[in-house]
Amino acid sequence: MATSNQLTIEFSSLSENLSFARVAVAAFASQINFTMHELEEIKVMVSEAVSNSITHGYNNSPDEKVKINAVIQGQNFHLEIEDYGCGIEDIEQAMEPAYSTSEERMGLGFVFMQSFSEYMNIDSVPEKGTKVTLSKSAASNTEKNYVTN
Amino acid sequence: MQLHTSIENHTLVINLYGDIDMSVTENLRSTLEEKLDNEPVSNLLIDLSNVEFIDSSGLGVILGRYNRITRSGGKVILTGLKPQVRNVMELSGLLRIMEEYSSTGEALSNIS
Ligand SMILES: Nc1ncnc2c1ncn2[C@@H]1O[C@H](COP(=O)(O)OP(=O)(O)OP(=O)(O)O)[C@@H](O)[C@H]1O
Ligand SMILES: [Mg+2]
Repeated sequence: MATSNQLTIEFSSLSENLSFARVAVAAFASQINFTMHELEEIKVMVSEAVSNSITHGYNNSPDEKVKINAVIQGQNFHLEIEDYGCGIEDIEQAMEPAYSTSEERMGLGFVFMQSFSEYMNIDSVPEKGTKVTLSKSAASNTEKNYVTN
Repeated sequence: MQLHTSIENHTLVINLYGDIDMSVTENLRSTLEEKLDNEPVSNLLIDLSNVEFIDSSGLGVILGRYNRITRSGGKVILTGLKPQVRNVMELSGLLRIMEEYSSTGEALSNIS
């Protein structure tokens, strides 16, 4: 397999696309030595970031676009989820566990993204949009344990 | 997502099928609220043995029902957690406040 590989998908801001987005990204990521458990964590990260773009970034407006860019480099996996929505005023506050701007939410999206990645960065400009960057490595998994897990 | 409900031992038993994400939370929330409004139950048992995926939107719906049920003195019980579902449940802290059993039968026989 080539040591570098790239995937870009852009789709409408509809929650019906969540399942497709996480399955597509996990299938792409499965080309390197991730365990099943880690692929499940990647699905959660995608679901959290895309849900945030749809609900917070676009306030559930269906006519907008969410873009995902994923790159495999050796055994490293990089993921960017981007929207062109309202942006985040106070990123530090948004990242606090259980900080949420709506009722009946756990405020755990960023907590999950951070826990399941080795690196997380949030780039956001009010009225311009938000880009979440996540990295995760499969390097510690040997051929053997990713096949049997 | 599909769901199936029944009532046993003062408990609303809900079996969920499929992925629980934001595309189904509205439907799940309103179905649960309607059942809880209309049925004389004290507890809620959520069987997740056919759920392969849940994210924070799904956990939010469960937390909302937990708040309602415990306010009136009832319990929320979870059964059939798959490893990936348990992973996010544990991290969210929900497993610390809810009871968990491996099967619905076992859970129902333990409800006083
Ligand atoms: N793409 C985005 N655009 C605008 N605001 C965002 C975006 N992503 C996150 N936020 C802000 O950051 C806050 C925290 O996000 P996080 O995902 O951690 O929690 P939540 O979405 O509120 O709740 P949960 O994810 O548990 O349902 C959100 O409430 C929202 O205010
Ligand atoms: Mg969120």
